[in-house]
Amino acid sequence: MSLLLAVPILLPLLGAALSVGLGRSRQAQRVIGVATLAVVTVTSVALLVRVDTEGIQSVQVGGWAAPVGITLVADGLAAIMLVVAVLMLLAVLVYAIGQPGAEDEHVGFHPVYLILASGVAAAFLTGDLFNLFVAFEVTLMASYVLITLGGRPAQVRSGMTYVVISLIASLLFLLALAFVYTATGTLNLADLNDKIAALPAGVRSGLAVLLIVVFGIKSAIFPLFFWLPDSYPTAPSPVTAVFAGLLTKVGVYALIRSQTLLFPPDTQPGDLLLVVAGLTMLVGVLGAITQNDVKRILSFHIVSQIGYMVMGLGLFTLVGLAGAVLYVIHHIVVKTTLFLVAGLIELRAGTSNLAKLSGVARLEPLLAILFLLPALSLAGIPPFSGFVAKLALVDAGIGAEAYAVVAVSLVVSLLTLYSMSKIWANAFWGAHEPGPAVPALSTPRRALMVWSTGGLVVLSLGIAVASGPLYDLSERAAADLIDPTAYVEAVLGR
Amino acid sequence: MNVLLVITAGFLCACGTYLLLGRQLSRIIIGIGLLGHGINVLLVLSGGDGGAPAFVGGDIDRFADPLPQALVLTAIVITFGVIAFLLALAYRSWQFTEDDEVEDDVEDRRIARASHEHAGEEHPS
Repeated sequence: MSLLLAVPILLPLLGAALSVGLGRSRQAQRVIGVATLAVVTVTSVALLVRVDTEGIQSVQVGGWAAPVGITLVADGLAAIMLVVAVLMLLAVLVYAIGQPGAEDEHVGFHPVYLILASGVAAAFLTGDLFNLFVAFEVTLMASYVLITLGGRPAQVRSGMTYVVISLIASLLFLLALAFVYTATGTLNLADLNDKIAALPAGVRSGLAVLLIVVFGIKSAIFPLFFWLPDSYPTAPSPVTAVFAGLLTKVGVYALIRSQTLLFPPDTQPGDLLLVVAGLTMLVGVLGAITQNDVKRILSFHIVSQIGYMVMGLGLFTLVGLAGAVLYVIHHIVVKTTLFLVAGLIELRAGTSNLAKLSGVARLEPLLAILFLLPALSLAGIPPFSGFVAKLALVDAGIGAEAYAVVAVSLVVSLLTLYSMSKIWANAFWGAHEPGPAVPALSTPRRALMVWSTGGLVVLSLGIAVASGPLYDLSERAAADLIDPTAYVEAVLGR
Repeated sequence: MNVLLVITAGFLCACGTYLLLGRQLSRIIIGIGLLGHGINVLLVLSGGDGGAPAFVGGDIDRFADPLPQALVLTAIVITFGVIAFLLALAYRSWQFTEDDEVEDDVEDRRIARASHEHAGEEHPS
């Protein structure tokens, strides 16, 4: 059992070390990368099944009892996010192997990518705040390297913003840790659950807001999102895709985890979160509308979509949290897919600028389909996964009588559809005009890229088809979030 | 709690924040370093009053709390690593621009230009 929790963190690290050692052979690195992530995928699915059937799993690393030692713990939310995250990492790695540029030019790509996987898994599975900080740092360090891989001027400029902002967020996190430790004398999340409840209300709210700011920068919520659309689009497409799908969601996960576990509903700054959620949705989508580059539009959409997840958290009801969990699952898959398609467009047409793109659908009908399905899903058109997730959130919003934020979320859905149709009309429709010359790509490499993207599109359709069971799963995860007794029991063993 | 250390932490954080607000990359990096140190001092302080060294001798009442020191050690190593990376990035940036100033983002410049044009004529491009 302890193995199930440790493998997703340790195996990628071992893989990374091996990958550095075999740096001379790109083939060997590829085999190691794909094999490692495949094993981790199987492990995390097994973990999810186990958590769902037997309840929350926890392990004390090194055998020290809970508040002192390092705790790894997997509840429903962590296990679900781990499975989705690892699936994305695997799919994007396959895509990256096909794409010329990032992966084949640099010895460092594979090791760093595996370290990123390890950091993400550690962030989901850790049971105390300081290890969450360490997991964030591992993830961020890997992401710094990936975002500046190649060291082109545009990357260095935007990477600098990203690194400095992330670093300031990390320092603020450290500050929050110092305050939490001063106030309570522990950093174990389960232990903090009742220790924070015993603090005066003012201190609790202060800590809650500080943590919201910290995780808010990572997850790019409203006033703190500005760095994201500047940094993401310049990286190679697979890197952007994995960042868009995962990194902000690690922040969202930390936000949900800390708010539900540490700050019980009576001290919840719930209204603050709802206002922030509404503004995040609106500002993100308005930003997307003004852009005219596919990758930048999609980057602004990340911001807008984060708002929906924060909305589910801000409602703080069972249905709201279940909706948020379902939304995270849907969003990770769809967003990653869209960025991969954007990469394919860029590779085929030589640019991702809407003013220069035209008639891609004539050139490549398959790409048009691969784009259309996740785009409609993102906008929340009925049969697709986005609709199911949004319906759950809207339902929760009406149930909690938060009509303003429901109205905003519906308007934002429409605006999302508008900006998706803008990409569609400009890039895919119209006569094909030959753009900048693009180097031809060998068939097997292209097949890797198209198949991995296609696989994700099928996966997102699968989410829509299996939305019933998935919603039940999210609801079980949300029930554990609302009532953390089981979590505390599993960790502290009492 | 040691007032002198609290003041030190506050002073370091204030200097760090001030330096962060500048536009020169080297100042930003030094600012991040100072801010990091300030917060590390605060983290050490979170363990309460200093005492006898932990694990040595038998007087449990006078133990220093070893946990924040372990945390601070980890934090220092992480900050050190990231600052080293930032310095490398800053050097790379200097190779490109021969300048230490943080550039405006391309998109910011585009928007600024568009709004200027909009003020001057009917159609922004």
